[in-house]
Amino acid sequence: MAWGKRKDLLGIEDLSREEIETILDTAESFKDVSRRQIKKVPALRGVTVVNLFLEPSTRTRTSFELAGKRLSADVINISASGSSIIKGESLKDTACNIEAMNTDILVFRHSKAGAAHFLSKVLKCSVVNAGDGAHEHPTQALLDLYSIREKTKRIEGLTVAIIGDIAHSRVARSNILALRKMGAHVRVAGPATMIPAGVEKLGVDVTYKIEEAVEGADVVMMLRIQQERQGKNLFPSIREYSRFFGLNRARLKGAKKDILIMHPGPINRGVEIAPDVADGPYSIILDQVTNGVAVRMAILFLYSGAAL
Amino acid sequence: MSLVIKGGRVIDPVNRVDKVMDLRIEKGRITRIGRGLSADKVLYASGLWVVPGLIDIHVHLREPGFEYKETIETGSHAAAAGGFAAIACMPNTNPVNDTGSVTDFIVTQARKSALVHVFPVGALSRGQKGETLAEIGDMAERGAVALSDDGKPVMNAELMRRGMEYARTFGLPVISHCEDMNLAAEGVMHEGEVSTRLGLPGIPSASEEVMVERDILLSELTGAALHIAHVSCKGSVDRIREAKKRGISVTAEVTPHHLTLTHESLASYDTNLKVNPPLRSEADRQALIEGLLDGTIDAVASDHAPHNIAEKETEFENAVFGMIGLETSLSLMLRLVHEGILTPSQLIERMSSGPAGILRIRDWDLREGAPANVTLIHPGMVFNVDADRFRSRSRNTPFNGWELKGKAVCTVVSGKVVFEDKHWKTSGKG
Repeated sequence: MAWGKRKDLLGIEDLSREEIETILDTAESFKDVSRRQIKKVPALRGVTVVNLFLEPSTRTRTSFELAGKRLSADVINISASGSSIIKGESLKDTACNIEAMNTDILVFRHSKAGAAHFLSKVLKCSVVNAGDGAHEHPTQALLDLYSIREKTKRIEGLTVAIIGDIAHSRVARSNILALRKMGAHVRVAGPATMIPAGVEKLGVDVTYKIEEAVEGADVVMMLRIQQERQGKNLFPSIREYSRFFGLNRARLKGAKKDILIMHPGPINRGVEIAPDVADGPYSIILDQVTNGVAVRMAILFLYSGAAL
Repeated sequence: MSLVIKGGRVIDPVNRVDKVMDLRIEKGRITRIGRGLSADKVLYASGLWVVPGLIDIHVHLREPGFEYKETIETGSHAAAAGGFAAIACMPNTNPVNDTGSVTDFIVTQARKSALVHVFPVGALSRGQKGETLAEIGDMAERGAVALSDDGKPVMNAELMRRGMEYARTFGLPVISHCEDMNLAAEGVMHEGEVSTRLGLPGIPSASEEVMVERDILLSELTGAALHIAHVSCKGSVDRIREAKKRGISVTAEVTPHHLTLTHESLASYDTNLKVNPPLRSEADRQALIEGLLDGTIDAVASDHAPHNIAEKETEFENAVFGMIGLETSLSLMLRLVHEGILTPSQLIERMSSGPAGILRIRDWDLREGAPANVTLIHPGMVFNVDADRFRSRSRNTPFNGWELKGKAVCTVVSGKVVFEDKHWKTSGKG
């Protein structure tokens, strides 16, 4: 197994293709644990994992918590409202205090890009980025790769369309980097207000038409339209967004017969994705969630140093 | 007591002098330039450049109101150590320098505690709020040398127009921080491929360029002297060059950091690199060098912006904008001389008589009878930047640890030695 000790998982940007493959292979060996009657192995007994989530999350936090518990780690959850951040404590001080209680791995979510980088420089313990602003969400991209690989047995050579608010999406960034590293072709689509400057430099094709993005694609990843972005003039109304950029059955007419539909969640039914598409035969949205636990078990296992 | 600076290479761009000579100073003035001069005290300058005192026309001294970041005294010490004999300080203090009494406070405080000349810049609008004109006449009378709402661009074009007209009445230039606040929005770095990669909100170059163009048009309309602060992108340089060709009264400055770094350096999320205007692309950096070289850009100014560690040691988007520059400015600029891009005389012009001309400071040259503001530069001294030893009260520099070549070793202000590098003793008995 190719795994040199890395302190932090800050983004896909830092990982090599070999490391990504190691993570996916490790996840595969852990997936079985969650299917057993007794969903627990002692791999991380005595390891302390703290989930510091300073931005709302259900899926990712629960997924990390279950991943840690199924590996027998001690897992603590801290959210912004339950922390001293609301008393005005600085991020640095909060994190240093958590580390002072001999935390081994800090799983960290924050609304600002680069926040995980900042903590990685301040802390000696491992920092796993569970989403930093519009920057990266590496474990989401890894579970997406895992879910694609599980269905298609390969990633190299596939064409993946990512549709929605590329500019403000950490899921899009991490997936673009991960898919490109694994040799997939990536298209991004959305209104020009949601396509960030210079995104072609990341090696993707840009289109403003969802039909063009879907045509011939092996995988379509829909991104959530963040309701809070309304009023920022990125699109005139939810209704119009849905009409031009939502994925519905009509737009899948020209698609490949075995296309995979993905969404990182939470989904806005009827906005970026029609209910019958989200629940339809091509959708692997819930497989993504299931695989998320296995991938995060692999991450905690590898970054704890237990594999060495 | 008389003082002679002996055997240095005297570089005076105003009088087109570049040769080895002695310079005698008495009662705060240069009294004699020649060979074999003697005096009570000697500064041995063999191997050094002897140049008109450097001027930094864009500095934040933070006093009154933010003395935990910098004071007029500590800022002036940093200036002296950087080779600057004069600095102009921006009005974004608390209270804002928008009345004669605040201007008066700065002038008085400088007289009491500063090592170098301190020229206050008054606010253009009351409270820098961009709503109504500040009491410009009062400030001019108490010593303000220019007007600016630096950091808070005047978004109302009509107010800018009236401000320019009114400033012209008192013979003061208007310094414009060109940034369309609506376009810049929540941006924290240059908008481009790097901001996309880092997931940080971008500030497009257009937010600067539209305001450069607007203010050039207003200068044309009003006849006021316009100075564009910290130019950061190619489009601005092109527009200023074009305006100068049309005979419009516009000048411009550039910072050493915009000439040295690009947005690529932000990959580290180092908050000391968070500046406004932001570090832009390599093509922009090259255009700035070109502009400095052909005279489109008249001056180098550091935009010295001291901040406390706690204001920088935080999430990138939450960190404040700005870096300090007084103690690294000259050394960073000397890189362009060592690379053969600028001549020594060109660099000195952009750092002394160039900025003096913008603020209409007279007699800023090395000639008999001129006030003795002189900087001695060791062009070849190699050293490592050590922020812990800065005279500034703040440490927010991205250049800590950099190896640089060349620095000021002695600064003379009105005939008085206010700084001597302890590793390079120049003084001795006559």
